[in-house]
Amino acid sequence: MNTPNDLRYTASHEWVRVEADGTLTIGITDHAQEALGDVVFLELPEAGRSVAKEEAIAVIESVKAASDIYAPVAGEILEANQAAIDAPESVNTDAYAAWLFKIKPANPADVEGLLDAAGYEATIG
Amino acid sequence: MTQQTPLHATHVAAGARMVDFAGWDMPVNYGSQIEEHHAVRRDAGMFDVSHMLALDLEGADAKAFLRGLIANDVAKLVEPGKALYACMLNEQGGVIDDLIVYFLSDTAYRLVVNAGTADKDVAWMQQRLAATGAAATLGVRRDLAMIAVQGPNARAKTWAAIPGAEAASTALKVFQAATLGDIFIARTGYTGEDGFELTLPADKAAGTWAALTAAGVKPCGLGARDTLRLEAGMALYGNDMDETVSPLDAGLAWTVDFKDENRDFVGKAALVANGARQQALGLILEDKGILRSHQKVFTAQGEGETSSGSFSPTLEKSIALARLPLGVAAGDAVEVDIRGKRLKARVVKAPFVRNGKALV
Repeated sequence: MNTPNDLRYTASHEWVRVEADGTLTIGITDHAQEALGDVVFLELPEAGRSVAKEEAIAVIESVKAASDIYAPVAGEILEANQAAIDAPESVNTDAYAAWLFKIKPANPADVEGLLDAAGYEATIG
Repeated sequence: MTQQTPLHATHVAAGARMVDFAGWDMPVNYGSQIEEHHAVRRDAGMFDVSHMLALDLEGADAKAFLRGLIANDVAKLVEPGKALYACMLNEQGGVIDDLIVYFLSDTAYRLVVNAGTADKDVAWMQQRLAATGAAATLGVRRDLAMIAVQGPNARAKTWAAIPGAEAASTALKVFQAATLGDIFIARTGYTGEDGFELTLPADKAAGTWAALTAAGVKPCGLGARDTLRLEAGMALYGNDMDETVSPLDAGLAWTVDFKDENRDFVGKAALVANGARQQALGLILEDKGILRSHQKVFTAQGEGETSSGSFSPTLEKSIALARLPLGVAAGDAVEVDIRGKRLKARVVKAPFVRNGKALV
């Protein structure tokens, strides 16, 4: 299983990278893309939208099924990844390169509540 | 506790992603589902369909019994090995299951039914046998495995893999079967491509699967099987029809045979009384998104509903089968409710794809 140590995670299979400026870059984990299978459509949030922690804010559709993606923390959407929207299969190719959106957290300390790599791997057994 | 087919260990060893399908632990994909789909459209792929159930109906009244049991008429089967697709209806005209029946002789037929409905199908047939007093017995063949080999090169690769298969099956027309020792070879399928469905003893399944793999047939999961049948416009039991849906409303009127006025079959009176109340048509989504089952469709003639939907790897667009009001026609612009948004779709006549070619 590919679970980089330098990222944080949620039990709902998002990965979170804390950037130098305190903003967060978010995608779905390698385990999640493997479970979903071929990704064919992404519906991502608009920049400027305020989101609550664990709010369903995006949809990822594989050939098999549609799944929600949740905000790991409260904050404001800064940007959605147009390149991923244009090439949804990039999520399968490299789930950690194909980020989905960036969030400015309302409270930077909220990141401390997220899982680390070992904690995430424990949730998926 | 989920059931396992004779090929279960083979799938697990190949790294397949296994899921519960109608109580069976089945491979949904081995790697990319889209690549598996393309392998069947362009070359050859195979599916373990051993979860489906073969039934052997034998006896002096087998033919008469089947003529009353299913909505298609087995009387038109006269050549040994000839197959017929049919719906088995309840008294209300709803579909208990869809099945394939093979004519072996006037006193022997083989039926293949869906996995999820197998138990209720057997119970219903036993009940009908008792009620009619027909001189026929139903043999449940859980001792058999089934492998569907599909694609433009499926027949040639099957012949390369199984000694004697070419001589036994080269003359088969579509929807016809032959026997090679203890292997039943049918030129049938559920993908819209040419190919065979092989029924064979369980202990031969793994060896045959390995020989087919060595001949260049790609193992494919049930995920690809679903997108292939959807592109081919083929109905899936439980999605596109069930016990509450008449075959006349599900695009299956062609499987209901009213020609012989003297033939009665279960559900006939209800079909005659109700006629067609809806029609099954295809949809192609013009906006971005993915159609799924049970989405509301808004047409100029009223509302309908999608019964199956997914992404079409061949068309690279989302497609669906839908039950729509009478009067809607191919070419009509409609809207589909996807998560509260109304997206534009175009009505087409299914199939979307057959024999590797887009038809819409």
